[in-house]
Amino acid sequence: MTRRTLFMALLAGILAAGPLLAVVSAQDKTLYIPLLVYRTGPYAPSGTPLANGLRDYLTLLNERDGGINGVKITTEECETQYDTKQGVECYERLKGKGPLVVNPYSTGITYQLIAKAAVDKIPVHSMGYGMTAAADGRWFPWVFNFPTTYWSQASAFVKYVGQQEGGLDKLKGKKIVHVFHNSPYGKEANPTLEELARKHGFELTLLPVDHPGQEQKATWLQVRRLNPNWIYVSGWGVMNQVAVKEAASINFPMDHVVGNWWTGSEADVIPAGEGAKGYKSTALTAPGQNFKVIQDILKHVYDKGKGAGDKTTVGEVLYNRGVVNMMFDTEAIRLAMTNFKTQSPTGEQVRWGFEHLNVSEKRLEELGMKGFTRSVKMSCEDHEGNGPVMVQQWDGKKWGIVSDWIEPMRDVVRPKLETAAVEEGKKLGYSQRDCSKEK
Amino acid sequence: MIYREAGQFKTTYASDQAIFPIAQDRWFVWIGLAVAFVVPPLVANEYWLQAVLIPFLIYALAALGLNLLTGYAGQLSLGTGGFMAVGAYAAFKLATAFPWLNVIVAFLAAGVIAALVGVLFGIPSLRIKGFYLAVATLAAQFFLIWLFNKVGWFVNYAPSGTATAPPRTMAGVMVTGPQATAPVRYVLALALVVGLAFIAKNLVRGRVGRCWMAIRDRDIAAEIIGIKPLPTKLLAFAISSFYCGVAGAELLFLYLGSVETLAFDINLSFLVLFMVIIGGLGSVLGSFLGAGFIVLVPIFLTNAPRWIGLGLPTDTQKQIELMVFGGLIVFFLIVEPRGLARLWSVTKEKLRLWPFPH
Repeated sequence: MTRRTLFMALLAGILAAGPLLAVVSAQDKTLYIPLLVYRTGPYAPSGTPLANGLRDYLTLLNERDGGINGVKITTEECETQYDTKQGVECYERLKGKGPLVVNPYSTGITYQLIAKAAVDKIPVHSMGYGMTAAADGRWFPWVFNFPTTYWSQASAFVKYVGQQEGGLDKLKGKKIVHVFHNSPYGKEANPTLEELARKHGFELTLLPVDHPGQEQKATWLQVRRLNPNWIYVSGWGVMNQVAVKEAASINFPMDHVVGNWWTGSEADVIPAGEGAKGYKSTALTAPGQNFKVIQDILKHVYDKGKGAGDKTTVGEVLYNRGVVNMMFDTEAIRLAMTNFKTQSPTGEQVRWGFEHLNVSEKRLEELGMKGFTRSVKMSCEDHEGNGPVMVQQWDGKKWGIVSDWIEPMRDVVRPKLETAAVEEGKKLGYSQRDCSKEK
Repeated sequence: MIYREAGQFKTTYASDQAIFPIAQDRWFVWIGLAVAFVVPPLVANEYWLQAVLIPFLIYALAALGLNLLTGYAGQLSLGTGGFMAVGAYAAFKLATAFPWLNVIVAFLAAGVIAALVGVLFGIPSLRIKGFYLAVATLAAQFFLIWLFNKVGWFVNYAPSGTATAPPRTMAGVMVTGPQATAPVRYVLALALVVGLAFIAKNLVRGRVGRCWMAIRDRDIAAEIIGIKPLPTKLLAFAISSFYCGVAGAELLFLYLGSVETLAFDINLSFLVLFMVIIGGLGSVLGSFLGAGFIVLVPIFLTNAPRWIGLGLPTDTQKQIELMVFGGLIVFFLIVEPRGLARLWSVTKEKLRLWPFPH
């Protein structure tokens, strides 16, 4: 018997035991909401505050209210590193425990789960990311991407530029550059921007940046040559801070650079230092700690030592987005529990809850979220809620809201979205459901 | 004892030249195959099939393809991800353009297209060798990914830029698309892998494989004994890319269902290369062992802490996983630089002598 034999045995043991360990333990009488997160890897700077926000809101509900309608929430994190294959592994592992909703937090993983959702009967909530076409609930009953989508956001950006320039008719002849992550995610906004460029007569230039986006010198050289009036950035992870730094280094007026809502967090602007001052981005939620819900989190979660992250990071842009995300999900679950008078709703019931979700301004106030985000109403057809966006600006120390809620151009976005939904739905072999027959 | 060959007489050339000349090996393979085809579809849950076994089979096929090129023909390649992408997008285009086409035919045709692309990028191999060739194939990797990302035609102008595997049936059973069940996809992947591995095993034992090994061991000597380097090397690129292409098509159709080009980035090329190195260069079995190591060990490490009741924070756990995994790779390369396949053949020798070692 030599060492070698021992190694062989060890190896065989490891190989055989690996998947065996994923044995599922039965959960009883709790609401199970797993979280797919990325706290490591190239996208960790964006993923960590999000994950903290998601977890802390669930902890808050458990600590303050004893769960949802008196039923405790159990949660579990699974690390995906923003990688599709690891995300699929996570999903398959967690699936057996009966999750009520999944939030994939990656475009690649979302596309995987869209196909599986209808088969596994688990609703997918991709809040402000994923497949835009899934906003048509007639084709994608199991997928929700409210409060708004990339296309709506792009139209809101154009509207904002119009406001700043003194009217949409003033856009004629203006030059707008879209600097985007060269992936399905980054490209999402392009069709809408192209359509609006035709409609309003501005000149659009599309400049892709390849994954992961550390090298952007060539892109910004082109920007300098074009000398555009406005720049729109769709980035993620390390690409964001590089883009902000490069924009600052070519002395571009920072208040004319607008990121999308994934391109405007603290981690994106701090590395650029003073240069980032004035940089703008769209937002779904207000930043900061001056909200009752955030104060509650500090009181009920952090003061008890149950916080998921560092106390000082509470109230960051992405943290607050995580909080809002979980608020929407738990409200949908609450609605399902109330409507079906059950303590343990099924995936189908939660899907119903999402579809009938109506978070009014009054309800937001009850939740301690007045001014934190906007009211949302779902319907069978509309899984986007047609939510408006705000514009926030970095003042060198913190983000602050600088615009009103900007309504997207629904008349432009919705018809295109419905066409795309037919196409994407047919690819998966779906058929359109008749919403008039649903009750 | 266990591997006692006493009494196994070879009385014909055919039995002497069999793939597995030892009866025990033969039984083991037959029983293994029977078990692989029957047991997992009946017993395994979806997690096992979808997250463990199907990726294992697909990576094994890709590793096998690279092993033919790098392990047998000695041509270092970093273009595996690119060639897999060619297979995936070719299969996607074929399956959507000809909906009546059998998916297996589409996979094999995609493999042929990948082979042609492989030959194209293999042409420089006549002039450049070793690390320089690796750089040339790296160019293939970057170019191909850029191409698929840039040209909308490859994804049928989908606004999202993702290729989605269309639902297809075979003999009335859904084999691809969201409605296809995991056992069906597993059996299809397994059948393809078994068939192609059988061909590979025969290929490397025959004239073609010997030519490859001659080129690998000393290309000038090989040329002197009458092996033409260019056709031999290009054949290696073609067959290797064919295997990688089929693996890429399977990755899209049987495993992920929809892909963006990021799924085939440079990391995939490295991953497959690691599989080949850890499994054993120049060994068909090594490709499977290497793929098993790279696919299964991280899953084990992810689940192990929870299994023993250790509730570590997610990020700490992931970092420990990466460190342990890296450590294991270094460890295995030190104790057996020739790979896991070599470890197995050493063990086999021991078993043949056991319990009376010299």
